[in-house]
Amino acid sequence: MKSLAELQAIKDKMKDKVILREGVNDIRIVVGMATCGIAAGARPVLNTLVEEVNKEGLSDKVTVSQTGCIGLCQLEPIVEVFEAGKDKVTYVKMTSEKAKRVVEEHLKGGKVVNEYTVAGHKE
Amino acid sequence: MIRAHVLICGGTGCTSSGSQDIQKAFAENIESCGLSDEVKLVQTGCFGLCALGPVVIVYPDGTFYSRVTPEDVKEIVEEHLLKGRIVERLVYNDTGDEKVESANVALSDTAFYKSQNRVVLRNCGVINPENIDEYIAMDGYAALGKVLTEMTPDDVIKVVTDSGLRGRGGGGFPTGRKWALCAPNKADQKYVVCNADEGDPGAFMDRSVLEGDPHSVIEAMAIAGYAIGATQGFVYVRAEYPIAVKRLQIAIDQAREYGLLGKNIFDSGFDFDLHIRLGAGAFVCGEETALMTSIEGNRGEPKPRPPYPAVKGLFGKPTVENNVETFANIPQIILRGADWFASMGTEKSKGTKVFALGGNIEHTGLVEIPMGTTLRHIIYDIGGGIPGGKKFKAAQTGGPSGGCIPASLIDTEVDYDNLTAIGCMMGSGGLIVMDEDTCMVDMAKFFLEFTVDESCGKCTPCRVGTRRLLEMLDKITKGNGTLEDIDKLEELCHYIKQNSLCGLGQTAPNPVLATLKFFREEYVAHVKDKVCPAGVCKDLVSYTIEADKCKGCTKCARNCPVGAITGTIKNPHEINQTACIKCGACISNCPFGAIVKK
Repeated sequence: MKSLAELQAIKDKMKDKVILREGVNDIRIVVGMATCGIAAGARPVLNTLVEEVNKEGLSDKVTVSQTGCIGLCQLEPIVEVFEAGKDKVTYVKMTSEKAKRVVEEHLKGGKVVNEYTVAGHKE
Repeated sequence: MIRAHVLICGGTGCTSSGSQDIQKAFAENIESCGLSDEVKLVQTGCFGLCALGPVVIVYPDGTFYSRVTPEDVKEIVEEHLLKGRIVERLVYNDTGDEKVESANVALSDTAFYKSQNRVVLRNCGVINPENIDEYIAMDGYAALGKVLTEMTPDDVIKVVTDSGLRGRGGGGFPTGRKWALCAPNKADQKYVVCNADEGDPGAFMDRSVLEGDPHSVIEAMAIAGYAIGATQGFVYVRAEYPIAVKRLQIAIDQAREYGLLGKNIFDSGFDFDLHIRLGAGAFVCGEETALMTSIEGNRGEPKPRPPYPAVKGLFGKPTVENNVETFANIPQIILRGADWFASMGTEKSKGTKVFALGGNIEHTGLVEIPMGTTLRHIIYDIGGGIPGGKKFKAAQTGGPSGGCIPASLIDTEVDYDNLTAIGCMMGSGGLIVMDEDTCMVDMAKFFLEFTVDESCGKCTPCRVGTRRLLEMLDKITKGNGTLEDIDKLEELCHYIKQNSLCGLGQTAPNPVLATLKFFREEYVAHVKDKVCPAGVCKDLVSYTIEADKCKGCTKCARNCPVGAITGTIKNPHEINQTACIKCGACISNCPFGAIVKK
């Protein structure tokens, strides 16, 4: 170790890997992962969310978590976004592609993707 | 991409309750569920709640599972990690209520953790102690970097002095002053020594730091080396701490590989290296001069002071010796400043202190709290109170060198000076809680037995004096004592205190003096009335059967291991006092409460 910069580089590289343990962030995004959710394809959605959140550098603000059956099995995979002081947003019939847009527009941009929500989606 | 971390406690407490098997089971189940790329398994140091071990925490949600068995692991992996459903039955619930809705109690929400302020233990239970990168991610070695690139040795000593940090090993000597005394002494070689010879019965905070965050001690020792001009360090650690020794060695090797130990650290021209020395478990080797004698390869015996180690210490060279917990505070003080540290605690005792809670208390474990917290808060709010609804009688602090705090002083704010004022001692932080069933004479005898065993034998007051004390206590607990014995006991205590060579002898009579001060009436009851009020001292207790309550069920007679109970069925039984060994088996077996202990 010859410089502080080297130390900082290790710290930066590792920070993403330990930040999960620092507790719940302001924004929590939860994927329904009961049998119904998994059968409908929740796993790739979850993995995409984790990847995108890290890629966009949002991991210190957003916690990606999972939960059980929400009760709307026909609309799975369901993803819910909880943000302090705001109403919960429920996205339904999610896919990896849709997840990417949610991270980009909602989590990063602060704008709810209305067409994917339980109220806005089209049968 | 990793989306969840499973933290498994690898401290000594959880290891002995089987956490290695649990880790193996997790590895297998995560693999078989195809989650290896999504879930990371981390072995950490002690979380502090040893009574609930083995402990497992799942992040990001922070779910805190307690008393996990290998059979539970499959369920946790399949339900929680795969499907996101928390396994409620394993979640720790400190409310004592029926499981409430969303009983997802995170560790940080429990009463045990809420009042704590973790400085020394901040990384214990959070990082993998065998991975230097995780320590660096938590600001590790940033303090060493700052010291070597921005500060002069005098700056470092000033920050440590201003912080008000005092030695956590027991004495409470100001750390900054210790360094300042050593720094100006010229020598071709100086040393930094870390005292990890934790010997007090019931204390295990130093072990937990070495097991859970060994790099913090290494970093602090390098900082101390820079401050006093030493290039060589030794960690003296008990051989009875195999996990601590192993993780410390791994940490030293990793630090060397990264160039954080060795030559020209951070290109500053500063060299520092560390070695481990194993102690064979003699209590006296925790005394600083004896410890240095032992590192030199000699029999661990204390030396008279002066000369002080700051002038002539290890191998006759100027030496600074600090305790593990003291060192673990240093990197934080450097990074966050003296004012931050001094803002915690009381006027003369700054910062936090780690206590090992033990004895008659609900939550056995490690807690770190600001100095000045009341004993009541520690025992009832953090420790969860006394089991079985029993009454609090006293707390022993400082192990065999300390004294007891009686129930009447439970609102004492715990810091160095308050404890000294009531004839007690902070010691290394062992806190043994005793309930109403404890005999204080017996307790004093227990600690005296320890010091008699551990006296190194170099000076007469300690070698002979403590043995005489023990004999007198033995006489009293057997019911053969006289009132003069109590006076003689007290006189001898003062003599030993004044005349012993080292700290061990000077403090050995403390348990006797403190119990005499607060519980003299118990001593008097033993010699005058020949009774042990708590019913502990066997020679002073007798068991009798109350004839009107006894139904003659014969259960006591059948359970008596020595056949001391006689009687016929449906008639009151009797205990033969000369044959009775006072084991109490009859009381616990009597369905009618007919047997009384006096």
